[in-house]
Amino acid sequence: MVSAFKNSWITFKSIFTGMGVTIRHFFGPSVTLQYPDERAVLPKDTRAKLYVNIDDCIGCNLCARACPVNCIDIETVVATSDVDLGKTSTGNPKRFWLTRFDIDMAKCMYCDLCVHPCPTFCIYMVPEYEYSEYDRTNLIYHFSNLEPAMVAEVKEKAEKEAAEKQRQREEMMRKKAEEAKIKQMEAKKKAEENNSGENDAQSSKPENGDP
Amino acid sequence: MTHYILNISPVAILVHAAIPLTIILVYALVAIWAERKVAGFIQDRLGPMRVGGWHGWAQSIADLLKLIQKEDIIPTDASRFLFKFAPFMMFAASYAAFAVIPFSSSYIGSNINIGVFYLLAVTSVLTLSIIMAGWASNNKWSLLGGMRSAAQMVSYEIPTIATVLTVIVVTGSLNLMTITEMQSGNDILGFLPNWFIFQNPFLIVAFVIFFISILAESHRVPFDLPESESELVAGYQTEYSGMRWAMFMLAEYADMLLLSLLGATLFFGGWNSPFGDFMSGPFWSFFWFMLKGLLLVFVMMWIRWTLPRYRVDQLMHICWSILIPLSFINLVLVALWEVIF
Repeated sequence: MVSAFKNSWITFKSIFTGMGVTIRHFFGPSVTLQYPDERAVLPKDTRAKLYVNIDDCIGCNLCARACPVNCIDIETVVATSDVDLGKTSTGNPKRFWLTRFDIDMAKCMYCDLCVHPCPTFCIYMVPEYEYSEYDRTNLIYHFSNLEPAMVAEVKEKAEKEAAEKQRQREEMMRKKAEEAKIKQMEAKKKAEENNSGENDAQSSKPENGDP
Repeated sequence: MTHYILNISPVAILVHAAIPLTIILVYALVAIWAERKVAGFIQDRLGPMRVGGWHGWAQSIADLLKLIQKEDIIPTDASRFLFKFAPFMMFAASYAAFAVIPFSSSYIGSNINIGVFYLLAVTSVLTLSIIMAGWASNNKWSLLGGMRSAAQMVSYEIPTIATVLTVIVVTGSLNLMTITEMQSGNDILGFLPNWFIFQNPFLIVAFVIFFISILAESHRVPFDLPESESELVAGYQTEYSGMRWAMFMLAEYADMLLLSLLGATLFFGGWNSPFGDFMSGPFWSFFWFMLKGLLLVFVMMWIRWTLPRYRVDQLMHICWSILIPLSFINLVLVALWEVIF
């Protein structure tokens, strides 16, 4: 009988304790975020989406090489001498046309490894997370701002200049070679003159002297 | 208490039938929404928020419109007539019982002298309709749910009736209007209203037993075994869809309200204002009555989101070896108290 009362007391006490907990939460604040109407304030360094400030990119390819999943695809073309691409906001001179700078966010694993090698701090994560797509190819972001026609032109120019440089280099090489030849010839002549004077003295070395 | 209308004109009868029906329908829409809000708040969520503007108040209406559009599926092997009939019978049983509830000091559907008896008798049809639904569905979950429900309701009717009997011992009347009128006035300790819960310490025990039993009778957690969704899919409702299922839902909520209002009438003074004559007109008496009933409904919801479900054997143990002996002992004690004081 006593134990029955004790048990009922314990039971009711535990029920009322539980109801106390639930009523406290009933009047307590809610943790729900009314998502489309309000959004969470994300931390400063949230890794949600990669962004490239293409104006600051110098085309050094460090980020692409750092990427463990190869989701960054960069193609650069050397700027011809008649154009000046200017400098980045960090003061680095830009020497390349960025004809392609694609990031495949479907492959990206948000490791942040590409962000730190960048010498001009132009690739970084932005806290934007609502970029779902129906087609996977839409997740490839093209950051290069060059028009296709511009790309073709730039490439052609670069090829021409490269060819020109190659030609000039060859020319120079040839000139150098000729000069070298002339010098050698002159040196030979001198040597021959000297040799003819000292022929008797050096007769013991027949390989040195021409007949 | 002017007119307990028995003008047998068809219009008067229709009006009398429509008033409790309106109350039940409006209450069901609000209560289903409120239940979800209570669940949300207790779990630190918000609950429905989008339909209708302010705190999603129109959620139940939207759900109702959705349910109306649903296909009315009847299983091939089901007993067609009984399957279709069960939800309406269940609602009719709870609805019929509202006839004897005194909603206000000047309104009661039918002021009969066997009010409590009629109410308890009519609500036992609920058991029948649940078994009907479970068996006619030809589905193991439905049948198991129906059987559990029958066992549970038949068992818990005994402590319910025994505790109602304790109040009857005090009042000496089965008429709910008379029972309410006996609780008018503020005489206990000079300020407390003359409600039966304050009149007699054993009636507090009676109320606790009564409340536990009505939780079981209206299939509320922790006694929601007939429809325990985590083990029986949905119990006897498993095969129902669309508006037939909505009828079950409506009947369940109506049953909750009915038993809460019965509790409010028997123990908390019915439509009597807690402040004596202050705020006690026909309208205010309706207000106080619904407030008391809805508070009990809220406690039921509160308990639902607090306690886990009992096992079947624990359920039966609580009823047969604790509540029934206790309620009968309590009945004797109340009777002794009445003789002595």
